[in-house]
Amino acid sequence: MLDLARNFRMGNISPLDITEKILEAIKHDPLNAYITVDETGAKNAAKKAGEGIRRESNNPLLGMPVAIKDNICTKQMATTCASNILSSFVPTYDAHVVEKLKKMGAVIVGKTNMDEFAMGSTTNTSNIGTSKNPWDLTKTPGGSSGGSAAAVAAGLCAAALGSDTGGSIRQPASFCGITGLKPTYGSVSRFGLVAFASSLDQIGPMARSARDVAVLYDAIKGYDPKDSTSVDRGYLPTTLDGLDMQGVRLGVPKAFFGKGLSTDVEGAVKDGIAVFKELGAKIIAIDLPNIRYGVAVYYIVATAEASSNLARYDGVRYGLRGGDASDLIDMYMDTRAKGFGLEVKRRIMLGTYALSSGYYDQYYKKASKVRTLVIEDFVKAFDVCDIIIGPTTPVPAFGLYEMADDPLSLYLLDIYTIPANLTGVPALSVPCGFSKEGLPIGMQLMAPAFKEDILLGAGIAFQDHTGFHEMRPQWNMM
Amino acid sequence: MEYDVIIGLEVHAQLLTETKIFCSCPTTFGDEPNTNTCPVCIGMPGILPVLNKKIVDFGIKLGIATHCKIAKTNIFARKNYFYPDLPKGYQITQYESPLCEHGFLDIDTNGGGKRIGITRIHMEEDAGKLIHDLKGHRSFIDFNRAGVPLLEIVSEPDMRSTDEADAYLRELRQLLVYLEICDGNMEQGSFRCDANISVRPKGSAFFGVRTELKNMNSFRNVHRALSYEIKRHIDVLESGREVTQQTMLWDEAANATRSMRTKEESHDYRYFPEPDLVPVMVDNAWIGKIRKTLPEMPRERRKRFEDVYGLPGYDADILTQSRDVADYFENCVSLLDSPKEISNWIMTEVLRVLKEGAADIKALKVTPKMLTSMIRLIDDGAISGKMAKDVFNEMAKTGKSPGEIVKDSGLKQISDEEHLKSLAKAILEDHKKEVESYKKGKTQLIGFFVGQLMKATKGKANPELTNKIIKEILEE
Repeated sequence: MLDLARNFRMGNISPLDITEKILEAIKHDPLNAYITVDETGAKNAAKKAGEGIRRESNNPLLGMPVAIKDNICTKQMATTCASNILSSFVPTYDAHVVEKLKKMGAVIVGKTNMDEFAMGSTTNTSNIGTSKNPWDLTKTPGGSSGGSAAAVAAGLCAAALGSDTGGSIRQPASFCGITGLKPTYGSVSRFGLVAFASSLDQIGPMARSARDVAVLYDAIKGYDPKDSTSVDRGYLPTTLDGLDMQGVRLGVPKAFFGKGLSTDVEGAVKDGIAVFKELGAKIIAIDLPNIRYGVAVYYIVATAEASSNLARYDGVRYGLRGGDASDLIDMYMDTRAKGFGLEVKRRIMLGTYALSSGYYDQYYKKASKVRTLVIEDFVKAFDVCDIIIGPTTPVPAFGLYEMADDPLSLYLLDIYTIPANLTGVPALSVPCGFSKEGLPIGMQLMAPAFKEDILLGAGIAFQDHTGFHEMRPQWNMM
Repeated sequence: MEYDVIIGLEVHAQLLTETKIFCSCPTTFGDEPNTNTCPVCIGMPGILPVLNKKIVDFGIKLGIATHCKIAKTNIFARKNYFYPDLPKGYQITQYESPLCEHGFLDIDTNGGGKRIGITRIHMEEDAGKLIHDLKGHRSFIDFNRAGVPLLEIVSEPDMRSTDEADAYLRELRQLLVYLEICDGNMEQGSFRCDANISVRPKGSAFFGVRTELKNMNSFRNVHRALSYEIKRHIDVLESGREVTQQTMLWDEAANATRSMRTKEESHDYRYFPEPDLVPVMVDNAWIGKIRKTLPEMPRERRKRFEDVYGLPGYDADILTQSRDVADYFENCVSLLDSPKEISNWIMTEVLRVLKEGAADIKALKVTPKMLTSMIRLIDDGAISGKMAKDVFNEMAKTGKSPGEIVKDSGLKQISDEEHLKSLAKAILEDHKKEVESYKKGKTQLIGFFVGQLMKATKGKANPELTNKIIKEILEE
């Protein structure tokens, strides 16, 4: 993205040129990365941006073709959440982040594929079918922001926005060999993000390099009075020089290297940690005793909130309405039976159960308490280290429908990414190697809340000394 | 058998804020359907609520006035259920930690005063309104009301009769109006009441099975519905059956209550903390700031009007019904120390004019200064009480001062004794027969003579003075 911005300024290529190239490539896209493409809008925005570009311009977003995950609202452009229930929904408003990007002159290419309502980690649950991994078309790009990750990796946009509730930015970033940031909860406005689990959802940037991620993060972060959970504090621009790793304490949780971790991932992540050690970082073993409950806590809190957040899709005011309903209850049932896919229904059921009278204390309340314990684990850990480091996922990208019938195993793959959502801390996934099959592997870094500068600084330092993020997949538009 | 009646009330008061609780749509009543709506209050995807802090101000106000403990940490909760008038599929309300708890409200009953416990007061949003097309089997939804702020005020089951329930409701309503929190309009639904009722054999320590009673949209209906339901409970028990725990609807047309849903059919609301809103922290400074803005409570003011101004309870009660009327009264008293006389004028003429014009007392043309100078004219004998009524009406119509009106219309009373004496003599001269009858003992004829003199002066003669002078002449 920064390279492209430089080329814009040098006059080597215009925003319209690159946008047209991308639009053409999307037409032959075997990845199913996009749900909606806005050809006219993108060309117009690119033309307009091109006229504004000057040699000395210091706005790296101007004319930059970006893709938006389809659960982030875009004015006059369909926002479907990859669900039948919203397949006809066109918002009358932009999400706060989209408004910011448009103001900076970014070119919105279109809306990317995802798991329905961001519930999933493969994009299999999308109503338009799964996206594919550009490194191997028989593998999943991950999810739920799989369309964004695939599009970035394949060059079908310069960068993209995703959303991350339990790893939905970081896991697909790691599967597709790109860099993705789940920012601190409250640092990026959720206004206009169609809610899955409000206390966990966070919009974040996905791009090829940590520098690009930093630039996009700077563009979207900041206080927004329209989101009550947005934190009102000073937000400084991220330095793009890279963090001096001398003496930086990296905490390695034992629990992140246990059962279920593939040897390829373990090897690549340990090599990645070794790079930091060479740069002068101190490696410290840390203990996060309660994160073993993370997945269980997550699937109670997230489904409980989802069961309530998705109640508004009732066929009354917008979106799909069930057909031959003879009364109100019929209409509700028909609408929701036709409107939601299997995974969404499963989670609504789980969440409804967890909140129901007689079970609330046992499930939701208990989960909230354990969540507090996980937060305390992190507070203690950050007393002794500056960054927590480990794998992003236990395994690299797997076959397209490999785990479609085994939701529990699929849920358990979120084990490393979930804690950052439960605790609200920022987490970054950077490419750190490849499996024997040639699939990318990601390494996750977590820092205390609002310490994105340290996280991105470390990511930049790592990428200045490695080349994994510069590798291009088999299917690549360029 | 004799029975104890146990009543607890839940009141929903719509707040007089200009905008809704989580968005900036206006709260005006009676506008074209769905004109006061936005993506927030109709529950569009991706939209988030932002709390209007005014609602907390109002809640604290009522909490202080009802002697409640104000919660320092306020958490909103979602109450989940499906209904077409509920845009998000959940109502944002408070559940585990209401804004106010453990207060009370004193009421007057036939047997003297009584203290009714306030269990809790919490903040929440209203739902929209369904309008059914009876012919076409269609229903319409008006979301103008969706997101209008409410305070829910839950009482302890402390009321023991419909009269006590009525007194509590009236006291609470007056308090809300006094605090300028709610307009108290039951018919328009800005002051709504549900009741929990049970009966038990007199003296029993246990509560009977209760029913909840809804849809009572006037004081009269509350009274009728409660009476009906109490009788129904007693009849059920007398016949040896048991009361079923259920929610009842008051059917005004049928003059009866009917079952809406039983306990088994009741919703599981699946309450949980609202993740889209952060807790509202209320510190002592906030409470102190609100406390300073509180007016004197109607009950205290009523008592003070009796003690300090020596007004009868009836007068004090009427004058303190509205804060503005009570202020008007006190403004008058500060200008003229005749509380009872002022009270009489306000209770009759002032309130009549207000009622006729449905106007606000603040907009009344008769200012306290004008009213009191008019009363002074009566006291000085410049005008009679009867003339004063005309003067008052003229003031209310034109806004002219009483002095001006008296001068312009020649209303001024004749109080010149010599002048009245000569007039009286002339009249008695003209009515010799009647004078004779009078002297024979038909003394009630004095009224006739005074009347004749009044007629001669077109009512301007000072009646007391005239009376006195005629008597003196006749007795000479």
